[in-house]
Amino acid sequence: MLKVSGVHTYYGAIEALKGVDLEVVQGEIVTLIGANGAGKSTLLMTICGNPRARFGHVSFEGEDITQLPTFEIIRRGIAQSPEGRRIFARMTVVENLQLGGLTAPKERYADNLEQVFTLFPRLKERREQRGGTLSGGEQQMLSIGRALMSQPRLLLLDEPSLGLAPMIVKQIFNVVREINRSQGVTVFMVEQNAHHALRLAHRGYVLVNGAIALSGTGAELLANEEVRAAYLEGGH
Amino acid sequence: MTAVAPGVRAHTLDIAAVLKESALAALVALLLAFPLVGLRTVDVLSRLTIEPHFAEVAVAVVLVFLGRLGMALTREGRPLPVLVASLVVAASAWFLPLPTMPLKLIAVAGGAIIALRAALALRSHHSTLSLAERERRMDRVGARFQDASRLIGPIAVIFAVALPFLPFADRAVVDIGILLLTYIMLGWGLNIVVGLAGLLDLGYVAFYAVGAYSYALLAQYFGFSFWLCLPLAGLLASLSGLLLGFPVLRLRGDYFAIVTLGFGEMIRIILINWYDFTGGPNGISGIPRPSFFGIADFVRNPEPGVLSFHELFGVEYSSIQRIIFLYYLILVLALFVNFFTLRIRKLPIGRAWEALREDDVACTALGINRTNIKLAAFSIAAMFGGFAGSFFATRQGFISPESFSFIESAIILAIVVLGGMGSQAGVVVATLLVIGLPEMFRELSQYRMLAFGIGMVLIMLWRPRGLLAHRDPTILLHKRKSAMQQQQESEDRA
Repeated sequence: MLKVSGVHTYYGAIEALKGVDLEVVQGEIVTLIGANGAGKSTLLMTICGNPRARFGHVSFEGEDITQLPTFEIIRRGIAQSPEGRRIFARMTVVENLQLGGLTAPKERYADNLEQVFTLFPRLKERREQRGGTLSGGEQQMLSIGRALMSQPRLLLLDEPSLGLAPMIVKQIFNVVREINRSQGVTVFMVEQNAHHALRLAHRGYVLVNGAIALSGTGAELLANEEVRAAYLEGGH
Repeated sequence: MTAVAPGVRAHTLDIAAVLKESALAALVALLLAFPLVGLRTVDVLSRLTIEPHFAEVAVAVVLVFLGRLGMALTREGRPLPVLVASLVVAASAWFLPLPTMPLKLIAVAGGAIIALRAALALRSHHSTLSLAERERRMDRVGARFQDASRLIGPIAVIFAVALPFLPFADRAVVDIGILLLTYIMLGWGLNIVVGLAGLLDLGYVAFYAVGAYSYALLAQYFGFSFWLCLPLAGLLASLSGLLLGFPVLRLRGDYFAIVTLGFGEMIRIILINWYDFTGGPNGISGIPRPSFFGIADFVRNPEPGVLSFHELFGVEYSSIQRIIFLYYLILVLALFVNFFTLRIRKLPIGRAWEALREDDVACTALGINRTNIKLAAFSIAAMFGGFAGSFFATRQGFISPESFSFIESAIILAIVVLGGMGSQAGVVVATLLVIGLPEMFRELSQYRMLAFGIGMVLIMLWRPRGLLAHRDPTILLHKRKSAMQQQQESEDRA
């Protein structure tokens, strides 16, 4: 479904991604783990075309999207819950969700909204509250919900567990599984919380210094000695 | 909250530090006042001479010293003596013969303000509020105003409609009304770009100029009537908005602001230098006045074959009829802009503008085409600027590039920012303050702009997000909550 091949991304003269190859197949949950500064978020942003890959290709459902402007990529059926959630703080929950639904057909709006509210009942309770007054977990729910409003086939999640209490993380990851299972949305997730992410994901990749160092099923990576040493033992 | 118990605050007073602080303020006042107030150039027998006004400088410096002393003492928990002293100063300034009127005003008003602060400090037992607390208080005032504005809005419109027929409304009042409405319209127009889309446009006056010159030139060269030119002026202004928008909208923040600033100046300089076409610095005079919707003219003795307004309605001819007609014209135009903005905020594009203002990265991540919606905001605002411009041209009957200098852009922007970005009612309040007050206090002559600057600084200190910065949600599923309730809720949560 999503294919990243030989992607190099630069910030000015600094090479952030040094030839990344990975693939996400329809129906999967794939996670990308790695340390701070490994280039995880950069990879997600590159998939969305901001910044663009200088070399290499990104293709979605067989179409080369490397050179497309961001809004065109989103309209192909990719949605992103960006790093740091980036919800619209002064707008209400419903307004945030509406903005997420701008690219979806108008007549689907009510259904999509209902679906998001079923996934996140908390958002329904708080629908007229301003985004900035939500708790961290609720904001993350809103960010994911907003991404789902565009009826994506591929959902990109950038560190959904960032700064959240363990219980909330569990809750969010359960919803991610639910989205994947019952709605058939393919999920590509960047995470630092390797333990949880690998248990949730079908497959995983490990990014080290801008290149893929390891890949395998979630269970394989969880059992892998190197992964254990680098990402699992030591706090998580 | 920094609501400190009264006992804690009343620590020993460091009188030396307070005096030093006041002396420093007085020194700054001296440095500023000496060249600005102390030396004045006067025309004596066609020769420019310098006239000293040192008494005024001295009084001003003393006043600043006392004022700072009062503020410092209030802050240090000694409000009672300050209250008494400031009242004494204000009262004595009222009766004593001070050298000039403005000084008297500053002394009385300054004394009153400091007395007020001291009284507030006495009453609430804590002399300082944290910034957040102060913000919240003002937000509450803003929210209350917002609630009231549902009531005040219609009343204000009715008042505006009735104004020309109220007993006190002479020609001067209606003229000020026209001026205010012109700025309100410009403020509402710029509010789309700055308030909704969050793009800092420092050259809005360019579109105002394009509108004005479009009408003036079309009328001069082709004899087009105002009613034909009004939409054309809007169209041309909006095209110029697009023209500017394409290259600059990829820029962000400060860079964007600088380019719009440059564009504003470019238009003005083109107007000055294209002498053959625009008349250069001489401007264009004899711009035709608007007719009564093309049916009748506002003249005493119409040319044969042309109807005149007073004949059409069978009333006595009076020159104020045309003024009143202009007043209603700008009222309708301004209300149209307001109505348009209120509606478009609820549409996807309006919401996308606000999203862009809040977070443009998130905005792109949602599949919004940033360039297109920025262009839309820019050209729509430009169109309204164009309408206002052609109105300005027909009202003045004369335009020159001088009317479209940077200060105009700055004033319109000040109206939007002071009112609270994105707030429609805020624009009205800020216009009354920024345009209305200086008009009323014309007697203060050169001190007018000083007072204007002080007002701006005060608003930015006390209300950095603008007077009425309370964003109303665009959709509500349940009952309508009042802004006050929302404010309360968000405070409870915070």
